[in-house]
Amino acid sequence: MDLKEKLVSSFIAFENQVDIDSYVHDIRTEAIKNFESIGFPTKKNESWKYTSLKQVLDTDYSVFPSKNTALVYSKIEKYLIDDIDSYKIIFVDGIYCSHLSETTHEGMDICLMSSVLNKPKYAPIIENYFNKALKKDGITELNTAFSKEGAFIHIPKNKFVEKPIQIIHFNSGNESSLMLQPRNLIIVDENSQLQIIERHQNLNENEVLTNSVTEIFVNPKSIVDYYKIQNDNKQASIIDTTSIVQENNSVCTLHTFSLGGKLTRNNLTFAQKGEHIESIMKGITIIEEKQHVDHNTLVHHIKPNCESHQDYKGIFDDSSTGVFNGTVVVEKEAQKTNAFQANNNVLLSDKASINTKPQLEIFADDVKCSHGCTIGQLDKNALFYLKSRGIPEKEAKALLMYGFANNVMQSVKIPELKNRITNIIAGKLGVNIGFNL
Amino acid sequence: MLSIKNLHAKVDDKDILNGINLEVKAGEVHAIMGPNGSGKSTLASIIAGKEEYEITSGDIDLNGESIEDLSAEERAHKGIFLSFQYPVEIPGVSVTNFIKTAINETRKAKGQEEMPAKEMLKLLKDKSNLLEIDRKFLSRSINDGFSGGEKKRNEIFQMAMLEPSVAILDETDSGLDIDALRIVANGVNKLKSSKNAVILITHYQRLLDYIVPDHVHVLYNGKIVKSGNKDLALELEAKGYDWIKEEVKN
Repeated sequence: MDLKEKLVSSFIAFENQVDIDSYVHDIRTEAIKNFESIGFPTKKNESWKYTSLKQVLDTDYSVFPSKNTALVYSKIEKYLIDDIDSYKIIFVDGIYCSHLSETTHEGMDICLMSSVLNKPKYAPIIENYFNKALKKDGITELNTAFSKEGAFIHIPKNKFVEKPIQIIHFNSGNESSLMLQPRNLIIVDENSQLQIIERHQNLNENEVLTNSVTEIFVNPKSIVDYYKIQNDNKQASIIDTTSIVQENNSVCTLHTFSLGGKLTRNNLTFAQKGEHIESIMKGITIIEEKQHVDHNTLVHHIKPNCESHQDYKGIFDDSSTGVFNGTVVVEKEAQKTNAFQANNNVLLSDKASINTKPQLEIFADDVKCSHGCTIGQLDKNALFYLKSRGIPEKEAKALLMYGFANNVMQSVKIPELKNRITNIIAGKLGVNIGFNL
Repeated sequence: MLSIKNLHAKVDDKDILNGINLEVKAGEVHAIMGPNGSGKSTLASIIAGKEEYEITSGDIDLNGESIEDLSAEERAHKGIFLSFQYPVEIPGVSVTNFIKTAINETRKAKGQEEMPAKEMLKLLKDKSNLLEIDRKFLSRSINDGFSGGEKKRNEIFQMAMLEPSVAILDETDSGLDIDALRIVANGVNKLKSSKNAVILITHYQRLLDYIVPDHVHVLYNGKIVKSGNKDLALELEAKGYDWIKEEVKN
């Protein structure tokens, strides 16, 4: 039985675990039907041309973990940004882990999807927002069909959330291979502010495939800062679909640090439903060996006077492969749009490759849109310059790569996170530079 | 201090240096002049260890030790410094971080501890004052958007920070206005001591009014064809290089 059949047939077993007389379950039922007819994307699908799921779908994943696994803090400590005070929503094998988490219902909801999905109190909000930001493609519908657990965050208006929220999914490795499908819903009401750090971490050598879906609603005048740390091991693959809907005068910045994993695919969508919106997407990808990272972005400029900025940097070593596919759509009504897109890449090896494809679809006539992509090697003259000052080759290369990635790091607003990312990068490059970017 | 014997080198099968002999003693200033394409910058790059050049024969010794098989960074650790004719722009790396890394890597190579932060700060302050460099300049990316003069001043600032035993200044005067030239020359003069040596590569006598050489050499077709004292530079300034070319022909 292939994975698709297995998933479809396990939906009945899944129905035994959830409340089937609910608004959400009607959506799930519809979604599993859609998934059954669409299936997983293949390379025939234009937006999956350079990313084949074949190798990751070929595993006989458990789709439900067989037991609860307790993790001790010391085992996961290093995956947390633990030098800051933060809310934590932590899952192990897809199951909420309360003793490692720190959630709240005081004045705002920073909690679990499972604790709100069937509560009458939350019904209006679920009906208003759940599954409203998503495209109905196979991958997303699959997640929707099995949506049951993940982070639920609702920030009421005029609230400045001081502590960042860390959402972390661990795979304990109790299953020989496991498929996880977290579903997050984040709603930030008017004039509020929020920072989120999301991470997925495999704790051993067993295969894990994560099909994660996150919907984020950024209501008028709100500011959301979202950071994705993708630094997993070589047995971990992730398909991350994040859809963001922004309203008037809101600002949403999303950083993606893709520093490790077997296969990583990011589907990132911004829909600008109001005016004077700013959408910022930044990414650093540094991978090696046979790793694969695919960034698929879509910015939908619907209304006038909005901006979008995309800045993705990639460094590819060994036989690693990268994809950047960035689409910007400017609707006829979206006059005075400013849309910028840059994708710069460095290939460190002859076998590494990157496919980069910017797509602009502009229907308005008074807009400023630009895009640029570069693919190059490290500058030999710059390397000699650094070496001539006594900096050894390895450190000199690292310094050039740091410099290359620097303008993405500069917009990280949580210093401890910045340190952490810098250290991960330094560790990957095998150097200790002794300063932060 | 620096001793070059019968140095031959080529790049892409083209002979560029054809038997250079040069003895530079501690405390000395040497000027190397010559027409365009005579091999001056090549000589500078080869001493600093640029890999694109192939040394086909000859020796480069520093303090009695052969350095021609060493990497550029190892030569730097032993005290070679090259002020680049065209300093490279490196966006994203600040001058301060760059120079700190350079100093600490050099100390590491010598088995020393990293320089304490306080000491580093004082050094940065003293040396930027010496070169009349605004402190803001230090947090900018290396040479990124610098004017020609700023780039050259930054080179000498790095020299001041690294305190090399042999500094090769490759056309440090080109692109400098008269004030910047004075500041740079003043910096070099203050860094000069009985323990180090300076090799100036230049087209013009102008720089040599400020940094007075003990020896002047003329490089032509990859060979030193004439050496003299500072008067030779004046003579070249007055008469050009044609008479030298004639002498070589005969």
